[in-house]
Amino acid sequence: MADKTKQEKPGYKTIPMGGMIPRAGSSEDYKTGDWRVKKPVRDDEKCIDCLFCYIFCPERAVSVTEDGKIGKINLDYCKGCGICAEECPKDAIKMELE
Amino acid sequence: MGKKVALIGTAAMATAMRQINPDVVSAFPITPQTAIVQDFASYVHNGMVDTEFITVESEHSAMSACVGAASAGARVMTATSSAGLALMWEILSIASGLRLPVVMTNVNRALSAPINIHCDHSDSMGARDAGWIQFYSENSQEGYDNLIKSIRIAEDENVRLPAMVMIDGFITGHSTEILEILEDSQVKGFLKENKAPYSVLDIENPSTFGPLQLTDYYFETKKQEADAMVASMDTIKAVCKEYRELSGREQPLVDTYMIDDAEMAIMVLSSTAGTTRSVVRELRKDGIKAGLIKPRLFRPFPKEEIIESTKNLKALAVLDRSDSFSGQGGPLYSEVRSALYDLDTKPVITNYVYGLGGRDTTIDQIKKAFNDLSSVAKTGKAENLVNYLGVRE
Ligand code: SF4
Ligand code: SF4
Repeated sequence: MADKTKQEKPGYKTIPMGGMIPRAGSSEDYKTGDWRVKKPVRDDEKCIDCLFCYIFCPERAVSVTEDGKIGKINLDYCKGCGICAEECPKDAIKMELE
Repeated sequence: MGKKVALIGTAAMATAMRQINPDVVSAFPITPQTAIVQDFASYVHNGMVDTEFITVESEHSAMSACVGAASAGARVMTATSSAGLALMWEILSIASGLRLPVVMTNVNRALSAPINIHCDHSDSMGARDAGWIQFYSENSQEGYDNLIKSIRIAEDENVRLPAMVMIDGFITGHSTEILEILEDSQVKGFLKENKAPYSVLDIENPSTFGPLQLTDYYFETKKQEADAMVASMDTIKAVCKEYRELSGREQPLVDTYMIDDAEMAIMVLSSTAGTTRSVVRELRKDGIKAGLIKPRLFRPFPKEEIIESTKNLKALAVLDRSDSFSGQGGPLYSEVRSALYDLDTKPVITNYVYGLGGRDTTIDQIKKAFNDLSSVAKTGKAENLVNYLGVRE
């Protein structure tokens, strides 16, 4: 295990009071991708662009293209929960071990 | 100038709350605190305060509502006792961990079981490590004064910690005493604007309160809180000095009576200090060099003042109105012993657990403790370090 005290993070003298985060959008810094065991792989042949996976994804890891079609899955944030695969009406998403 | 009034202790606390005029009060009734929020609810109803009064179904929710309101930057108060404080326990450390200056009266009452409504300090001593500033009050006057001071202390930018003020259930809470209250305008003038560094309602500067902190930041946040508690002593002293100038009441953090030439002394919190003082007065008539030490503050622990007050003593008995069930005596005793441990010369320190469940603590009991102490002072040895005062065998 890495020694947590050696990491270059701010210390108690400089962090904000009460453990609070004094700015918005900080969850962007938190990459949930490293939680993942299996990753979603989409079969574009089967996909009908219903966008269910985009709506159901709890991490907003699925994107939508400018013309309203389903886009890339951002693996920095996809935590591999498999909800998209479960909800896809066309069985177009398979969860595969990385 | 202030005026003299005759009030029961809970009414004195409610009066202080009226004069403080908090933005939000959320509370749940529990004996013997109920009279405070009952009085305060009538002030709200009669338009005597500007407070938003949030009624809830439990103390857990009361403290949760206080945390929410304080996160928005409001001046927040509540009151509780015994099981009510115990039910708040989870949220107590959230208030302190988030550094929210919630101020509360705890009317001391024994914890169940056996169920009991009378005074001991098991409730607030159970919360001694929750990160709250703790004041203990001998009488209504001190309770009133401590509550007003606590607002200034808790809200100070260098402190930002919650504070609880104790008065003894029934003994102080339901007894009528004369006290001097400040003018409403004096209290208003004494309090400063509550400048919360962040507010959850400030949409211009969005912020997150209470995010998850695991192995990476939790420790730092807690160390910062620990430092804030230690550093709060400076603010406490400054606020007490300012309040002394306003009220004319000398209220040192560790009060003493006849201590300068005392060979032995009793140290005790809250109302039993009054009983002890009268025993000291009597013993002094017989030429016995007895004294009294009464800490008003327990968190942060006033170590320097405690050391100063005990420096000439041969024997010291620390009285605890709660037990720690450790075989090592009550909480005040263990902390006082620890504070004196490193000194080259120190008194022999014994402990008496007393008054549990509201058991009367009589003049005779205090005399007995002094009697034991005088042989400890003579021999330099104590037969028993931990004793129980006023319990039947
Ligand atoms: S596996 Fe879960 S996190 Fe990843 S894209 Fe699908 S729904 Fe989103
Ligand atoms: S849920 Fe399935 S069909 Fe719908 S957009 Fe996603 S992958 Fe395509």
